[in-house]
Amino acid sequence: MDLISLSPFDLALASGLVLLLAALSWRLHLGIERRILIAAARSTVQLALLGLVLKALFASTDPLLIWLLALMMLSVAGWEVMARQRRRFRGAWGYGIGALSMFLSSFSITVLALTVIIGVTPWYQPQYLIPLLGMLLGNTMNGIAVALDGLTRQTWEGRNRIEAQLLLGATWSEAIADIRRDALRAGLIPITNAMATAGIVSLPGMMTGQILAGSPPMEAAKYQLLIMFLIASGTGLGSVAAVWIGARRLFDGRHRLRLERLRTARG
Amino acid sequence: MAALTLARLQPKLLAPIDLEIGAGELVFISGPSGAGKSLLLRAIVDLDPSQGEVLIDAQSRSLIPAPEWRRRVGLLPAETGWWADQVGAHFATSPAEPAQASAMATPAGAVDATPTQGGSPDEAAQVEGDQLGITRLARLLARLGFQPDVLDWDVQRLSTGERQRLALARLLVNGPEVLLLDEATANLDPSNRAQAEQLIDDYRRQRRAAVLWASHDPDQRWRLAQAAGGRCFVIEAGRLQAESSA
Repeated sequence: MDLISLSPFDLALASGLVLLLAALSWRLHLGIERRILIAAARSTVQLALLGLVLKALFASTDPLLIWLLALMMLSVAGWEVMARQRRRFRGAWGYGIGALSMFLSSFSITVLALTVIIGVTPWYQPQYLIPLLGMLLGNTMNGIAVALDGLTRQTWEGRNRIEAQLLLGATWSEAIADIRRDALRAGLIPITNAMATAGIVSLPGMMTGQILAGSPPMEAAKYQLLIMFLIASGTGLGSVAAVWIGARRLFDGRHRLRLERLRTARG
Repeated sequence: MAALTLARLQPKLLAPIDLEIGAGELVFISGPSGAGKSLLLRAIVDLDPSQGEVLIDAQSRSLIPAPEWRRRVGLLPAETGWWADQVGAHFATSPAEPAQASAMATPAGAVDATPTQGGSPDEAAQVEGDQLGITRLARLLARLGFQPDVLDWDVQRLSTGERQRLALARLLVNGPEVLLLDEATANLDPSNRAQAEQLIDDYRRQRRAAVLWASHDPDQRWRLAQAAGGRCFVIEAGRLQAESSA
């Protein structure tokens, strides 16, 4: 089975469907047509650029370039996590907590997968590294964003219940324990659901891609499994790190809740 | 028993405050809303950052871990917080430390609001600590007009006044050496208010606890301060001053 190359006309047809969706949103006054169109345009430009960059990168295999691309992916993911927070941490923490926990989880798990599990040589071979890292970053980003948002939002709303516990002599960790647990759970639900329904309800994106590209279905399934396990552990690790650092940052050394370390919500 | 000393304590919005409240002494503060009464109380329990020092007897706040400080200097906030679905779950946490509890053991016959192994030491040895804790809590709740089954109630269905009384029970069962009360009886009807006032008064005398009470009710301040030989202060223009007895 050969790969059937897509022509620009094929893509234009598919994009017509998105235009239709935008028109529908306009007609029904949903108010999201602008966002749909901008997001679609962004993904077009970004993916086209990525295709070009990867083409050049695969040809050169320069470690420095690969690092640069990986760092760029991480910094954009960190930005994305921050932008999705309704009440984010002030100062460098707003960016740092998300970016650091993504770095810890995604990078370490990607390296582990490349060196130990898949055994690529050299391990930074971009054809493996970039897609793996991208899958991991994209998914941990979602988990961390949801978990952090849950943590800060619930803490903001739950000031009374947290301070009531502090007043009776609870430590900061005891006072925030239930909120921390909720936030973590919320961050982990999407990947847990995805694993539970994979193959029955949904055909995961990566497996679809490999099958379309002509891989034997069993090979595609094995890779998909690998990716899912990596994503689940990456999301878990990243969310735990983000929620733990975030929860600590909400209190000071005297176990006081410091809500002024969060920005007030915009709009 | 414990005295509370504020040494150049400076909460937000207020000038530095020096104040000594002796063991077993009752002190009222009042002032227009927004004057900073609640901020002062929050600063004392170290819930808001503040400058200056607070001492319990001769012990400095900065040398005591914050959770222990807040167990010993108990604040009843004007707006009570509830973190579990059922009332009972709020009484299970943060038991007083055993060493502290035995050091503060109450004399035999002193009942009610004692968070320690109530009754005489002999008596305490005979009965399981848990059971004793439960009867003590039941007695405390009864004095505030609740049946023991209140512990199974749903927090969502409590009225503001019920929350306030239960929060008082929750605080007293924790055994603080100093009581800070922020409008402790503001939402109570006259008979419940009388019960709560009596309970607080007994606690103050039996435990020789210093009590700092923010109350906007002039009648209550005058009545209780008269009875207990307490002092009244008012916060005006960011300063704490003795209230003129007009």
